[in-house]
Amino acid sequence: MTSSVVPVIEIERLTKRYGATTAVDQLTFTVRPGTVTGFLGPNGAGKSTTLRMILGLDTPTAGTVTVDGVPFASRPRGLRHVGALLDAGDVHGGRSARAHLSALARSNRIPDARVDEVLAEVGLGKAAGRRIGGYSLGMKQRLGIAGALLGDPPVLLFDEPLNGLDPEGVLWVRGLFRRLADEGRTVFVSSHMMAEMEHTADRLVVIGRGRLIADESLAEFAARDAATSVAVRSPELAALAEVLRSEGAEVQEVEPRFGIVTGLPAERIGELALRHGVVLHELAARTSSLESAFMSLTADSVEYLAGEAR
Amino acid sequence: MSHPMNSFAPPVEPRARFTDLLAAEWIKLRSLRSTYWVLALASLAAIAVNLNAVHTDLTYIDHAPPPPDGLPAYRYDPLFHGLGSIAGDLMAIAAGSLGAITVFGEYTTGLIRTTFAAVPDRRGVIAAKVVLIGGITALAGAVVSTGSFFATNAMLASRHVGLSITDEGCLRAVLGYAAIVPVCALIGMALGAVLRHATASIVSLVVLMFIMPLMFGGDRYRWLKEIGTHLPLSTVNRLTLNPNSSATMGKYAPSVLDAWVTMGVWAIVAVAVTVVLVRRRDV
Repeated sequence: MTSSVVPVIEIERLTKRYGATTAVDQLTFTVRPGTVTGFLGPNGAGKSTTLRMILGLDTPTAGTVTVDGVPFASRPRGLRHVGALLDAGDVHGGRSARAHLSALARSNRIPDARVDEVLAEVGLGKAAGRRIGGYSLGMKQRLGIAGALLGDPPVLLFDEPLNGLDPEGVLWVRGLFRRLADEGRTVFVSSHMMAEMEHTADRLVVIGRGRLIADESLAEFAARDAATSVAVRSPELAALAEVLRSEGAEVQEVEPRFGIVTGLPAERIGELALRHGVVLHELAARTSSLESAFMSLTADSVEYLAGEAR
Repeated sequence: MSHPMNSFAPPVEPRARFTDLLAAEWIKLRSLRSTYWVLALASLAAIAVNLNAVHTDLTYIDHAPPPPDGLPAYRYDPLFHGLGSIAGDLMAIAAGSLGAITVFGEYTTGLIRTTFAAVPDRRGVIAAKVVLIGGITALAGAVVSTGSFFATNAMLASRHVGLSITDEGCLRAVLGYAAIVPVCALIGMALGAVLRHATASIVSLVVLMFIMPLMFGGDRYRWLKEIGTHLPLSTVNRLTLNPNSSATMGKYAPSVLDAWVTMGVWAIVAVAVTVVLVRRRDV
């Protein structure tokens, strides 16, 4: 084997149509090893469809997707190449966790001892003999993660893995993803919640209505909404506004003594106020969160938009 | 942040073997008690039904009423009673259901996605299911058929009407009565693959096995009757027909060879439909 094998997911002009609906539209991006890549988008954006196409479960209408340079469906066995958790419910409730994993392991010629290893790793060692039907959603998520880890694969896919997990479980999963990425694996995690990705992913692939919206590092993504503003409270707001405007800033006088300044950093506003002897009661930089960056970015691509709250 | 490119060794994979898929399907079948119990209980019940039928007949054989005027004396038919249609129907529906459940069960639970993500070779997965389900239903069919034949004819031996496996038509009857069981399982699998829905699969199975024979009967229209004689369970009626009995299948009755070929075609078409649909469709 050559050492140049880099486990990556390459998606090129990937398209999936269901009748008149286009679920995934000319999607092109690459997921690289050694990082946790978040796959973000509102509900119905086409995340799950994309993940199913990566795994060869759905056939693309057009375009290609390869894992490690080959279509995943062309491999006779999959667990040693890609570990996937698509939906924690994709199990038979009548089986025990151990039987479920044993069958998966056997199909890929993985020793049965590995089943107990992954069960212990996800914390299901004691519940392994119970029917999966009696599991909570969080336990099913853990079982799904155990299944993804079975083959010790270089590429891992997770669709909304944090759903139903308790806070301890969320922390554990984040640590696990970090460890897997640090080991050099490719970790691709979908979510519709920016807040979840903020503490999990290094890179982000954002889609809306099946189209690529952003493909960049978390820092670059945060910088997108860099039109940061500064809140200023001052008894002499009018005088200060005049000074700031002369420096090129925009000042919105919300109240007689309160304004929002854009175009100048808080430090510079403070210096200008001091130089012109203007009293300041409040000076606060308002950096927008990743969540708001995500919201503003995907606002016009939300499939199921709720009405105004009443 | 570290980006240890290439630090992860490419996976070392043992050669893919069909026997692994077979073993995995065996674990799946074994770990769902309800499914194999259906087949085990149906087999026991089928043998019991056949034994009971012949046992209650013993009294009539011992005290046969005199034949009506002008008609030949009553001749007891051990094949008709010992390899009965009630027990046969029971095995057909049990095997057909087991076949259907193993396919639609994967779809309705979503397990099929987990299965195919682990084994992208879909043809291998479905072939393993066909071999396993075909194999165990064939075993059940063989046990019921030989068990019923030998036990009932042993009971009848003391009345001097019992048959031996070497008697005309007997081996054929035993083989046909056993072979229809796996064929029904394969048809069930195909219906499960087409419909991917529990109720729809079982209802269509019942319609094909039991309702359609009622619709395509009678000797008036040849084409109607021909459809009827080529339905799955009609083949076993032909194959278990005692050549030395007065019973017939009426006009346009199929030949023995016709019945065997029909049974084989049902099996082959069922497997082909299952494999093609499962491979082609999105899951």
